[in-house]
Amino acid sequence: MTAGHLADLLIAAAILALALGVVLARQVFTAVALFVAFGLLMGFAWVRLEALDVALTEAAIGAGLSGLLLLGAARRLARTGAPVDEKPPRRAQVVAIGIACATVTAALGAAILALPDPAPSLAPMVVASLPALDLGNPVTGVLMGFRALDTLLEAAVLALAVIGIWALTPNRAWGGAPGWTQPRATEGPLALLARLLPPFGIVVAAHVLWVGADAPGGKFQAAAILAAMWLLPWMAGLAAPPPTGAAWLRAAVAVGPLAFILAGFGGLLLEGAFLAYAPGAAKATILAVEVVLTGSIAVALALLVLGPAVAR
Amino acid sequence: MPPDGATPWGFLPLLAVMLPVAGMVAALPLGARWAERLALALMPVGLLLALGTAVAVQAAGAPLWHALGHWAPPLGLALRADGLSAAMLLAAAVVIGATAVFARAQFGTPAGAPEARAAFAFWPLLLGIWGATNLALVANDLFTAYVALELLTFAAMPLVALDGRRETLAAALRYLMFALLGSVLYLLGAALLYGVAGTLDVVLLAGRVDGSLPVVVAAALMTAGLLAKTALLPLHLWLPPAHAGAPAAGSAVLSALVVKGSFVLLLRLWYGVLAGIPGPAAGQLLAALGAAAILLGSVAALAQPRLKLLVAYSTVAQIGYLFLMFPLMAAMPDTETAAKAWTGGILQAVSHALAKAAMFLAVGLMAARIGHDRLDGLAGAGRAAPVPLLTFGLAGLTLMGVPPSGGFAAKWLLLSAAIEGGQWWWALVILAGGLLTGGYVYRVLAAGLAGGGAGPPAPRAAAPEAIALGLAILSVLLGLVPLAAFGLVQVGRMDMLP
Repeated sequence: MTAGHLADLLIAAAILALALGVVLARQVFTAVALFVAFGLLMGFAWVRLEALDVALTEAAIGAGLSGLLLLGAARRLARTGAPVDEKPPRRAQVVAIGIACATVTAALGAAILALPDPAPSLAPMVVASLPALDLGNPVTGVLMGFRALDTLLEAAVLALAVIGIWALTPNRAWGGAPGWTQPRATEGPLALLARLLPPFGIVVAAHVLWVGADAPGGKFQAAAILAAMWLLPWMAGLAAPPPTGAAWLRAAVAVGPLAFILAGFGGLLLEGAFLAYAPGAAKATILAVEVVLTGSIAVALALLVLGPAVAR
Repeated sequence: MPPDGATPWGFLPLLAVMLPVAGMVAALPLGARWAERLALALMPVGLLLALGTAVAVQAAGAPLWHALGHWAPPLGLALRADGLSAAMLLAAAVVIGATAVFARAQFGTPAGAPEARAAFAFWPLLLGIWGATNLALVANDLFTAYVALELLTFAAMPLVALDGRRETLAAALRYLMFALLGSVLYLLGAALLYGVAGTLDVVLLAGRVDGSLPVVVAAALMTAGLLAKTALLPLHLWLPPAHAGAPAAGSAVLSALVVKGSFVLLLRLWYGVLAGIPGPAAGQLLAALGAAAILLGSVAALAQPRLKLLVAYSTVAQIGYLFLMFPLMAAMPDTETAAKAWTGGILQAVSHALAKAAMFLAVGLMAARIGHDRLDGLAGAGRAAPVPLLTFGLAGLTLMGVPPSGGFAAKWLLLSAAIEGGQWWWALVILAGGLLTGGYVYRVLAAGLAGGGAGPPAPRAAAPEAIALGLAILSVLLGLVPLAAFGLVQVGRMDMLP
């Protein structure tokens, strides 16, 4: 057994242990903390599978942003002391759920062991077709070229998520600012980080976005970093979140998906197929869309964390 | 698919998906007032696109294709509109359009009025449900279909909780739990299928999968996931509180369309990807769940004290009918009987969409007029709200399956397929379901027509009443369309022998 195998075994065992910990944890906060660790280890697993793009996304979105969302929810629950009117499940119920989960797990395991080996894959076809898009990163080729419609629609889902969260606003708070009023941190690590990190973070995000055309990286990862940089000063109480009624804020969320859709219709009119890029202009179009989209995704992600406006 | 990856009219279904999605995103910066105008302007366009798709499919006798970015599957994605897509696109355009006009009274923003929360959210959510439904109807890739399901869930869930009350929020969260469980199961299955065949394209998969263990597991997971989203008993628990808690316009699209999106994907899975693989027992099992839904759902509807819950349980029951087509398709494959079952199932989906939308809108109008929706306080509704009560009755005819309604045509086709296929027990279920449906419809009509009770009639809302009545009349007239016209839904059936 090589060192690599040993590392894989350890990571797999730790992932399972953390997953179990999330399920068994009695405290909401403990479960969330374990979940963040789980997400980070999943990132490691993707690195071991040589899927760096997925690893970056898993760490940024799966661990970072989801963790932040869950922490916010846990804190809210602790503050409002939400009544737990759900009765704890009966023993029979627990056993039934356990059996169902075990069955699904066993069936999945058996199915995965029975999959054809080597697995049929579209990867060679992707690599062979990549020059047509003038890109070096096959993942970007799939996301912005061959399966661009899925990416476009996922970006639209993000805008819809913002609308869905804002729909939970109390009527009298409509158009106001989200309830992220923190005591101003004047000293300590948060105050320092909130002042120091954003300039570096923005540079890193720009780099991650730019290299995404040819190397692991891209808009979702860059957007997650940008969103974090934007959230930091709010968390430290150094800046106030913008009101949800602000026209510029709403436009910022929508402009990315709209630019993508516009590029799609451009392809339909000029090239005869939705999302077809003009020969020679593919990379330029993709990069332009990605830049605008990164901004929109970053704003949307930050708004998801900030939540609906609150009555003051 | 055609050699060059696209058919001349393939852009019609593409536009039917992209225009509502673009409208949904644009609604955010536009704000409630302009989003409402944009949505209303898109309604006739969407209806024309659906009509155009139907005409083009019928004329060509073959599905329409559009390969995105000229990349053909398996590398790229394609949209495919067949007869099933065309029929459901039309139903979606009619229901969404009618709901939009109906909803102006509640979610309209008059000139100069400040933007209200519910109005801001309603219009993009309506457009989102429309675009997502259309995408589910024409997606030919299992992951694109997953994105459609995601869009559908995230547009439908806020609609359930739109009035902001605590109970509706709880109902929305419960809905979300079921829907996400369904998504996870679906996605696991799709990943397994990719591992087996190296493609997610429905048409390509059909030739590449067999009855091996991974395919069977994938099929079981995806079917279970889609059943949770379609709310087939026993996975229906989320539906009554969610559909009864939403505002009337929301309930109408939730019951009419949202549960049909996942149902159509189930048809794509069974009669596209897995054509010929599931054994007869699997179809019998689905239909047995459907039969249980018809009987238990109808009995539950009979027992409901409140109108909106009654209509919601009626949806649980009517969804059951959709699943009777599975064993009937398998009884005599590639025959006229299978064709009847197929047409019957789809016609049930379309006629239920029209009738249930009409019914929820009518119930909403009645509740607004008399101030509550309790059945025991319904006396005098016939005088205070005659048109909505009539609408309820007409829609009820379709749900019962009384001639000449669309529901009659659908149930008649299923009934005769059951008898021709030697599966008479499903015919009994259809008849019993019709009687029970008659029971709960009669209960409402009898209570409403009883005299006394209600105070002075409230001011009439002429346009919304006409819209609801129009939908109910359409659902009845659907049965008068000559049966030859339903040849449309046979176009592009993937389970047929080549």
